[in-house]
This record gives sequence, structure tokens and C-alpha cells, in this order.
Amino acid sequence: MNWLDHFVWVIFPYLCVAVFVVGHIFRFRYDQFHWTAKSSEFIEKKQLMVGSLLFHIGILPVIMGHIAGLGIPKEWMESMGVNEHVYHIGAVYIGGLFGVITLAGMLLLTTRRLTKRTIRQLSTTSDLIVNVMLLFIVFMGVFSTLVTTNVQPEFDYRETISVWFRNLFLFQPDASLMSEVPLSFKMHVVAGFLIFAFWPFSRLVHVWSVPLNYVRRSYILYRKHRQQSVRR
Amino acid sequence: MKIKAQIAMVMNLDKCIGCHTCSVTCKSTWTNREGAEYMWFNNVETKPGIGYPKRWEDQEKYKGGWTLRKGKLELKSGSKLSKIALGKIFYNPDMPEMKDYYEPWTYDYAKLTNSGEKKHQPVARPKSAVSGETMDLDWGPNWEDDLAGGHITGPKDPNIEKIEEEIKFNFEQSFMMYLPRLCEHCLNPSCVASCPSGAMYKRDEDGIVLVDQEACRGWRYCMTGCPYKKVYFNWKTNKAEKCTFCFPRIEAGLPTVCSETCTGRIRYLGVLLYDADRVQDAASMPDEKDLYRAQCDLFLDPHDPKVIEQARKDGLAEEWIEAAQNSPVYKLAIEYKLAFPLHPEYRTLPMVWYVPPLSPIMSHFEGKDSIQNPDLIFPAIEEMRTPIQYLANMLTAGDTEVVKEALQRMAMMRSYKRAEFSKQPLDENRLARVGLNARQIEEMYRLLAIAKYEDRFVIPTSHKEGYMDPFRAQGMEGFGGMNCDGCGPASPRTESKSGKELYEENFYGGIWRD
Repeated sequence: MNWLDHFVWVIFPYLCVAVFVVGHIFRFRYDQFHWTAKSSEFIEKKQLMVGSLLFHIGILPVIMGHIAGLGIPKEWMESMGVNEHVYHIGAVYIGGLFGVITLAGMLLLTTRRLTKRTIRQLSTTSDLIVNVMLLFIVFMGVFSTLVTTNVQPEFDYRETISVWFRNLFLFQPDASLMSEVPLSFKMHVVAGFLIFAFWPFSRLVHVWSVPLNYVRRSYILYRKHRQQSVRR
Repeated sequence: MKIKAQIAMVMNLDKCIGCHTCSVTCKSTWTNREGAEYMWFNNVETKPGIGYPKRWEDQEKYKGGWTLRKGKLELKSGSKLSKIALGKIFYNPDMPEMKDYYEPWTYDYAKLTNSGEKKHQPVARPKSAVSGETMDLDWGPNWEDDLAGGHITGPKDPNIEKIEEEIKFNFEQSFMMYLPRLCEHCLNPSCVASCPSGAMYKRDEDGIVLVDQEACRGWRYCMTGCPYKKVYFNWKTNKAEKCTFCFPRIEAGLPTVCSETCTGRIRYLGVLLYDADRVQDAASMPDEKDLYRAQCDLFLDPHDPKVIEQARKDGLAEEWIEAAQNSPVYKLAIEYKLAFPLHPEYRTLPMVWYVPPLSPIMSHFEGKDSIQNPDLIFPAIEEMRTPIQYLANMLTAGDTEVVKEALQRMAMMRSYKRAEFSKQPLDENRLARVGLNARQIEEMYRLLAIAKYEDRFVIPTSHKEGYMDPFRAQGMEGFGGMNCDGCGPASPRTESKSGKELYEENFYGGIWRD
């Protein structure tokens, strides 16, 4: 195992996760004002409708799929009655379908961002980075699922990437598990960790603001003046 | 019963001259910033017309306000669950776009002085404030001012569409009026109800509706939720902004900027006491035409000893109860029943009230060829140039009777004072027919015609010293301290200073330095 492998599969992931956590705490405490969904629907509506709906409806099942594929060990799955064949059908067909939906959405959104003049004017560097990164990650993910798994059917990510991924969280990192992984998967994983490091400093923070407690709260909110802790 | 106080406004449309001073002073105070150029917390519309944003009154398109679903009050744009579950959070189908308001622009003024010698004079072309591109202007703020293009936009006014008989827009038969609009600071605000982040709230003490800029996450449901389209999206900060009712001024007992600067002295500010427990019931009346009366019934008589006692129990300061007793808003809206809420059928219980205008009929009984018999006022009201049905569609969900009665009271006040000044006899018993007595007519006259500053604005201070140190808090709040580029005044893009720097250089303690 060379130095580069150790960096990419051990140091780099931990670095990204650390930035992700500390960055969020920092952003939440000091920059509530810029914490927003940063929607551009107000400027352009028609293209956003198709792009945004496709992307979001695609990405949610894709995230669930990643949790199942990376988080649940193969043995557990099999003991639950999900054998290799069933899993494969689920991952490739259902996962592939939603992957393609996500990719289509992302392509539309990127085209919109770059070609619509007003949208491009209002885009910050951060928006463009997020856009390009997401497009790349989603493309590599779909490519790995639909192409690589067919070209190299003997490769099973649940015995390599998934184990490596879980071991990171058990603080037993093992870079050697990643050495035989096809390049497309490797690129997907590295770019994925990179976007997690970028997450707290970008518009992606809106994911954590999904207003789930809206459903339970009362419609009208009142606020009363309170004794404020003004330093005297 | 739970008594709360609300600072409310009345506008006497009979005296509005459409000068836009309110809009301009409001803009230079609040929305003179990048990202907010298109926002007019206060704007004055010429009616009939489609308004700002275009056709804002068409709730089948914009889905603002509340509706009754199986007898229960529900947001017209859909329930809380539907907003999260049905993908509306990814794309809001009912939200207005910038082009529904207008794309803000500036002019290439430098060209006027830099241009070399040419055959023709140089021209400053309009440039979009958003993209910087040259624009062809076909819509903008007050595009239909004073019925400009009224023959095209007038018939598209939703209030006109609701009138069955044909309304003529040719010059001889046209009519017009001004409608100044700002946030209604509703008792049942649908924008607050629409905000998934809980960033919008109604202040418990004075009823002012605000957006918490730190908590807003830019989901934009408030824009859809507000049927008056008075919550705006700042395209620079990506957060919602709205009329603040100039709360820093109100807290100090001063009128809002729009009211203070109104040249026609048409605006009134005062306290109303209402029963907070009955708000939802009042907004849930099955028949739309009952909503106006139900809303009036919410307000409590500030002279009633029982009300005073309960108000004290609910923590209202003595000063506020006294202000409620002297409130010009209570007098105009509740006692004289002259002022009406704008579009009560939206079920938001709006708190900016309008006295309908008496349009040209007065020549029937005033002036040279006037009808001698003052009893002819009543039939004359029917002949008003502005159809009563049109006013009723705006102010009472279509109930013409109450609007007519208000106009009759105003006409009666005029003939009473006319008789007094011209020393003609007038039978005081006729006043009873419009439900008033001589003392009330005198008070009405003083409030509407003389309109002294201290009669128009009865605003108690908020006593912030009770819960904070106002001296130390000076300069701690506001757009200035937010470290955001879109929070200073609008500046040309080539300027090297940021908006914030300009703001801090030029703006001090609420006063612009020249």
C-alpha cells in the first residue's frame, strides 16, 4: 500500500468528514443570514420546474439506496432474505432508474444555469462548483451502476467499498480494500467525499432545513418581546 | 376572551391624489438596495387596472389567502402536508415570477457624457439591474398610472371581470381611483401560516407581521400565501422581505413613513383591541359576504369597563387602552362604519382599511346646477361614476349595501357642513337616517376634512425600556449590521465600494447625509 492510497482512502475521507461537521457548526452559529435554499425560481420558472423536480425526486431514493448498499452488511441483507440476485435487480434497475432521473435533472439544471443569462449572472462561484460537482458525481454514479457493473460483473462493491466505508466509522480504516475497485467507482467516491467537505459552505445546507416540523405546528405564530440579555 | 392590541391603518381614498409620495419615501427608507429594487413595500395603483404584480387579485392563479375546505379554514395553496409531500417544496407552481412584477432597470447615464461627437444626441439606454443587459421596456412600476393603457388592462382587472354588466372603457365613460397598497398586517395572516421555517410571525404587542431574516430559509411559500402579494423575494440575499410597518418608528410613537409623508393626509394610524380567541371563527364564516361584519365584531369597545378590565388582565398598558379609546381607526372603521378591509373574502382579516371614494356625482347637489332637494343624495349615490359594485368587489366581497351606506354618510356630512357654512336650514333629523347625530358628523368632519396630525396618528410607545436597554441597543439592529452586500443602497456595478460600505458612509441614524 503506497502513500497515495493511504492519503486518498484514509486521511482524505476523515478530513472531509471533519470539515463537514466543524463547518456546519461554524456556519450554523455565525451565518444564519446566508442560510437559504437560494432558489432561482423567481428569475426563471419553466426550466426550473422540470430540472428541479427530476433532480430532487431522483436524488431522494438514490440516497436511500446508498444507505442500504453502504450501510447494511451483505450478510445481514442475506439473512433478511435479500440474496445477491434480488439485491442486484434492486440496485441496478431501481437504482439505475432513479440515477438516470437524477442525472437528467442535473443536466437540465446545469444547462439552465450556464445558458440562461440572468441565472448565470446571479450564480456565485460556490453555486457553479456545486453544480458541476453534482453533475460529475451523479454521472459517475450512473456510469458505475449501469456500465461498470456490466463490464466487470465479478466486481462486488458490497465486499469492498461498503466494508471500507463502514470501517471508516469504526475507526479501523483499511485502504487495501479499495485497491482493486474500478476507476469509475473510485472517482465517484472521492468526488462524493469532496462535496461533503464543501457542503457546509455552499447552498447545500438547505437540505438540513427541510421543514418537517411545519406539519405539526400551528398556523399562526406570535412572538412576544422577551427580557433580552443586554450586557450592562 | 383574550384581548390583544393591533396597530391598524385607515386610508381615506376620497382624498388620495395619487402622488406616490408614500411609495417614494417608503422606497428610499426601506428598499433602496440591490436585490430589492423591484420591491415596493408601498405602491399606489390606479384602479381599474391589473396592478402589481400583474393581476394580483386573481387567486385562481396565485392561490393566495385562505379558503374553506369542508367548512374548515385551509390555505388556498394547499395544506401543510401537501407542501412537503407533493414536491411543491422543489418547485412552487403558484409563485409569481419577477416578470409578473417587473424587471428592475437603470440607465446607461455615462453614455450621455462620454459619447463622442455624432450626428444624433446620445441616448441613455435602459439596462437590466439583474443581468446588466440592454432591455426593451414593455412593463414597469406604475405602467398603468392614471389609466395609461386602461382600455387594455382595465377589462383584465379581476374586480371588473366580476361585474356582470358591461363596463365601458372609452374616455367619456371611464372612471378611476387610486388604491395605495401595503402589507395589511392581517389578524389571520396566511403568509405566516405558509412559512414552513417559522420565520414569519405576528408581534404579540402590536400585531405587526415581520420576517425573521436569520430564520428565513427562502422556501418562498409566503409569497404564494399572501393574497395581496406583499411579501417579496430579495433575489440578492435569497430571503423574503416585507413592509415592516416602520416598526422602529411605531415603537417610538411615530407614524409610518408612508403616513408621515402623505401629502393628502389620507392616512390614519391607531390602536384596535380585539378578541384573539375569536379570530379563527371570524375568518371561517361560511358566506363570504358575512366576513366584513364578522371582522368588525372582533373589535372591542375600548370604553366598555369590562373590556378595560380584561385588557388590563391581559397585560395591556394603561397608555395603550387610552390610545384605543382615542383611536381614529376605531372611529372610522367601527363607529362610523366608513372604512372597509381590502378583499375580506381572502379571509386574512386585513388591518389596513379603506374609506371608499365619492366619485363625480357631487355636481348633482353641489355647485351651480345643484339639485336643491338634499334628499336626492341617496339616488345620486347610485349614479356615481365609479360603479358601487366595483368598490364592493374590492372592499366587501361584493356586498354593495354597506358601501352605499358609507358613501351616504360621507355625502350627508358634506351637505350638513355645506348647509352650515352657507347658513341654509338643514333638518337634523335627516342625520338619523344614516345612523349619525350632529356630534358625530362634526367629529367625522374634523377627522376627515381637517385631519390634524395628532388626530390622525394616535400611537402609544412600546416601552422597550421595560425589557431592554435601549441606549445600548442603538445601532444594533437593521440591515446595516448584517454584513451582506445586498443590504446597502443600490450602487452601480462598476463602483468599487460595496453596498454595505456605501450604506455605512451615507446613512446615519435614519438620516441620509447629502
